[in-house]
Amino acid sequence: MSQPTPANEVMEPAVSVRDLAIAFASHRVIDELDLEVQKGEFLVLLGPSGCGKSTLLNAIAGLLDVADGEVWISGRNVTWAEPKDRGIGMVFQSYALYPRMSVRQNLSFGLKISGVPKTEVDARVDKAAQLLKLEELLQRRPAELSGGQRQRVAIGRALVRNVDVFLFDEPLSNLDAKLRNELRVEIKKLHQRLGNTMIYVTHDQVEAMTLADRVAVMRGGTIQQLAPPQEIYRRPVNLFVAGFIGSPAMNFFEGEIVAGEGPRLKVGDAMVDLSRYPFSTNVSPGQRVILGIRPEHLAVGPAAVGSVEVESQVHITEPMGADTIVWASFAGESITIRTDGEFNARPGESIAFHFDPARASLFDAQTHLRL
Amino acid sequence: MSSPRPTVAAAAPLERPANRQKSVERGRKPKRLTPGRIGLYAFIAVAAAFFLLPAVIMIFTSLKSMDEIRDGSIFALPQHLDFSAWIAAWSTACTGLSCDGIRVGFWNSIKILVPSVVLSIAAGSILGYALSFWRVRGANVLFAILLLGAFLPYQIFIYPMVRGFSLLGIYNSLACIVTIHVIFGLPVMTLIFRNFYAGLPQELFNAARVDGGGFWRIFLYVILPMSTPILIVAAILQITGIWNDFILGLVFAGRENLPMTVQLNNVVNTTYGERTYNMNMAATILTAAVPLVVYFVSGRWFVRGIAAGAVKG
Repeated sequence: MSQPTPANEVMEPAVSVRDLAIAFASHRVIDELDLEVQKGEFLVLLGPSGCGKSTLLNAIAGLLDVADGEVWISGRNVTWAEPKDRGIGMVFQSYALYPRMSVRQNLSFGLKISGVPKTEVDARVDKAAQLLKLEELLQRRPAELSGGQRQRVAIGRALVRNVDVFLFDEPLSNLDAKLRNELRVEIKKLHQRLGNTMIYVTHDQVEAMTLADRVAVMRGGTIQQLAPPQEIYRRPVNLFVAGFIGSPAMNFFEGEIVAGEGPRLKVGDAMVDLSRYPFSTNVSPGQRVILGIRPEHLAVGPAAVGSVEVESQVHITEPMGADTIVWASFAGESITIRTDGEFNARPGESIAFHFDPARASLFDAQTHLRL
Repeated sequence: MSSPRPTVAAAAPLERPANRQKSVERGRKPKRLTPGRIGLYAFIAVAAAFFLLPAVIMIFTSLKSMDEIRDGSIFALPQHLDFSAWIAAWSTACTGLSCDGIRVGFWNSIKILVPSVVLSIAAGSILGYALSFWRVRGANVLFAILLLGAFLPYQIFIYPMVRGFSLLGIYNSLACIVTIHVIFGLPVMTLIFRNFYAGLPQELFNAARVDGGGFWRIFLYVILPMSTPILIVAAILQITGIWNDFILGLVFAGRENLPMTVQLNNVVNTTYGERTYNMNMAATILTAAVPLVVYFVSGRWFVRGIAAGAVKG
């Protein structure tokens, strides 16, 4: 590859997947998938089990044969290249450390294979060990390490390869909650310090939201939405993304657009004024739509100007410390409201709550696409 | 030939829960001797006697002189220890015209055993590794055909293989019998290695591929070091199986390389006048000694390995 001259420098994607298809037997689990990851970007592939996110990652890594399409890494077509020749480092969910080797041997195994001189190997291993605080553990076997230490060794093994692209396959799933939080922060720091391209597979939306520059939400082998975390949270493109992102999940109510001055929505007995809703497509009276409101965008108490106020009955409350989750009913549907931790209500009590339609999401009832 | 078989049952109770990693659940120690328990012990004693009695009689007889044997009381203890029958069996027993003892067969068996065991384990482990990790196209079909081989009686292959090896010009040689053992060992060896490797995480293999390991390097540096338990099991299976083989050795090894089992048969069937029972018994015990030692030394591994290989697949 010739170095691009500054004059005609184009931002070349670090990883580019073009028209990719992956088939198991004759069944295509991924078909016609396109994805571009920019240099230095932290991209998270997020989705429920079986959505194809790990399959996509393995295809990028070269661990799976593609049925169709191409994979480009750092400007090279690596569709049929061996994993080792793709300029990637990979971290696995089960750590996948070589059990009969010491930590040092685990870190240096790949370098020795590729014929890196011994002094260089030692230097890279020591640097990675220092970066990941593994110096004290270099002589130990994986069995003598804790889960967090093992995963740091696994990250180190990717690190010493001096590659541009790191692939993470649910690296924190096997750790307990506290370690997961610690290591998540470490991975983020690592990305900030090294500036490598990182592709990170997870089913944990907290990891996705906190780590990602952009999130690709996947389902059934397709990317549903590819956008920065805030965008995915604020403006989900369809019902699936809206329901998948956020905890507790977004509330959905089906209703009908009614004619009037500006669009209005009839949900049960309530009338929602949508004049402030940022429509991206036209709606017509009589159209069935689904209104989505996040629990944290519902507020208990009298309405401010421009927002919609509704009456509801409390079923239960779940005090979480900082917040209290209120489960109530509205328009025949269950509704969850995230309120202040101080909030207190008895079951059966009637409360008023309101929301700002500008922060809600509207989806077509048929296509499930955002309106 | 068949004498070592019962020792599987005899060796299994030797398995003690001395295993460090997984403490074996032990039953509660019985407080009282109930009738049921007495019956159980009685049954165990009878079963043990059933298996041990022939061995005891063999040992006693081998230590007796022929005069003593002629008395006919086979359960009687030998009057004095006389190892001359053992020495005769080892070094001067006659098979046909040669009278060099059964040691000729012992060394022949060793010559057959060592390359057969090493090569069949090597072939089985490599094949099992290839089938479970490299997802060769048609791997399952290949494996099914191989398994079929494990269930077909090998006697039906003998004649075609005799013709085949004659054609190749290596019939009746050491190379011939070793090749035969490797081929007949392949289905079971592949099966146990494949099942063992199917239990290892695929991610480990993937990590080694990202690190740049090829087929052989991943096998030698990553997979093989983790294979100790199954290697021991495979070695036990192959050592006992090949050592106890009679018919293949008889048909394929050639006169120069007849294994110990065949020589034993010849020793026992070669008679000039009186049957030397003491020497025959000694020769039989000597022949059975190798698998017996293997079972006693590795009974624990044997049981564990069979279980490990059987869980998956």
